[in-house]
Amino acid sequence: MRALTWHGKHDVRMETVPDPRIVNPRDAIIRITSTAICGSDLHLYDSYIPSMHRGDILGHEFMGEVVETGPGSNLTKGQRVVIPFVIACGKCFFCEKQQFSACDNSNPAEKADLSEIAYGYAMSGLFGYSHMTGGYAGGQAEYVRVPYSDVGPIVIPDGLEDDKVLFLSDILPTGWMAAENCQIEPGDTVAVWGCGPVGLFSTQSAFLMGAQRVIAIDHYPHRLDLAKSMGAEVINYHDVKVREALMEMTGGIGPDACIDAVGMESHGFTIDNVVDAVKTTTKLGTDRTHVLREVLLACRKGGRVSVPGVYGGMGDKIPIGALMQKGLQVKTGQTHVQKYLRELLELIGDGKIDTTFLISHRLPLEDAPKGYKMFKEQQDEVTKVVLKPDWQKEAA
Amino acid sequence: MSSEPVERALESDAPLTAAVHQHDVAHEAAEDRGWHEAALVGRTITVNRPREELYAFWRDFRNLATFMENVESVTPGDDRTSHWVVKAPAGRTVEWDSVLTEDVPGRLLAWESVEGADIKNTGRIEFRDSPAGRGTEITATIIYDPPGGDLGRLIAKLFQKEPKIQARRELRRFKQLMETGEISTAEAPDAAPRGGSQAKG
Repeated sequence: MRALTWHGKHDVRMETVPDPRIVNPRDAIIRITSTAICGSDLHLYDSYIPSMHRGDILGHEFMGEVVETGPGSNLTKGQRVVIPFVIACGKCFFCEKQQFSACDNSNPAEKADLSEIAYGYAMSGLFGYSHMTGGYAGGQAEYVRVPYSDVGPIVIPDGLEDDKVLFLSDILPTGWMAAENCQIEPGDTVAVWGCGPVGLFSTQSAFLMGAQRVIAIDHYPHRLDLAKSMGAEVINYHDVKVREALMEMTGGIGPDACIDAVGMESHGFTIDNVVDAVKTTTKLGTDRTHVLREVLLACRKGGRVSVPGVYGGMGDKIPIGALMQKGLQVKTGQTHVQKYLRELLELIGDGKIDTTFLISHRLPLEDAPKGYKMFKEQQDEVTKVVLKPDWQKEAA
Repeated sequence: MSSEPVERALESDAPLTAAVHQHDVAHEAAEDRGWHEAALVGRTITVNRPREELYAFWRDFRNLATFMENVESVTPGDDRTSHWVVKAPAGRTVEWDSVLTEDVPGRLLAWESVEGADIKNTGRIEFRDSPAGRGTEITATIIYDPPGGDLGRLIAKLFQKEPKIQARRELRRFKQLMETGEISTAEAPDAAPRGGSQAKG
């Protein structure tokens, strides 16, 4: 089959690789019909994530048609399914608590050591996201093997086209959980750093959960326009001092909840960020934590901080005093995708959530390397790239 | 006579496998058995299945080869003995006979290698109901005598390098098999195809 493979910093290629097979009883093989490039794929593209191997197939936002099932799968051939990017067994202590991204079993035993050393405990497997999270082949390909296919995939009813449901795989539930982690109360103002897909879906979700105001922060005018079209007020941090603006806009109280939808590759030319950038480039460690620092300082006393943005390593100069003294609550984590699928599919079906506005570019899978380059270099206009393995068939 | 650090470690409510002075702990284990030296490996995991089921699976020693990576076969003799064949580097194998020294159904298994073992070893595995109702807590403790000579050097590569890592991987695989009915894998090419030099099918 054809697949997008990683070969190093800013080097991804289309290659012919072996087809995946059913290996375990609960596996299924999916023929992919739509697959997207995620903002977090750019962390791989920029070579920020350790334990990548040359030839790894990327992609963790995908959906398609069931073409083969193991004896333990409950799927049937021909069903259309969206696959959560988090791989979860459904049987362990964590899965039973619906903390699917903490699954104890999905990361193969010989791969799990890496995250156990880095984080104290082994993390779950993820599709197409380094060997620390299992070394599973991703979905920017024609076919993918899906483990525990009786737990993760959600069957899509006829009449809902791919573009409407594809983002159930990651960014929609991620934005939803980010807003849920804000424990929004009536009258609340939520500040969102980053108007990428997760930031925009967090904004949408925060309004659905009853936020009175959302203030969105970015520096790309088009992305700020998208946030504005959802009813958010916006701050362009190139022109405006973020903390001062938030203070003024909230009558000196500050935002009740703050979402860091940026993570470890934050931009900006403040001194702390430049130092972080130098350190990461010279491999002296540490994630770039500029946004998280600003979030902790900007959040109101007794407020809530939600971190869907991806961090992977160590952070430097975290304002720990602000965190403690102000009595902030912090909630984070890779998304427990499986927990939210049914509810979100229903909201999409009822027309209460529409995610298609986000898709700015559709490309054949063969053009995936071009898609990465565009997404990396033109972040203002390229908000989401969806890749179609069946491009020629669809065009015909 | 226990050394002072080991005595002090015993005052904490933690197993000796977590003691800071592992060398002292291992030294005592060796002395107790009249061995040249000893290495100690221990780990506790929670498996979300009933205690009796887990004990029964482990008690049928043939099952152990299904999740222990380097174990080629375990052949039961009479009810209390078994013969182990374990892969060693360079295509070699090491073997020993093992005898059960304790067997409390549903709760405890302990074993010891008999005279003539390529690697002298003893171990115990305890099964306890999780107090929080989370299934079964399993504690495995293995003590072995790293052998000398050429064979010893080969075996050292296999066991001594990271015996702790080896043990935790085996226990993870056991947990996966018991909880999910399968052992998770992303092995190329079937389970996870890759490009580049591994692209050939």
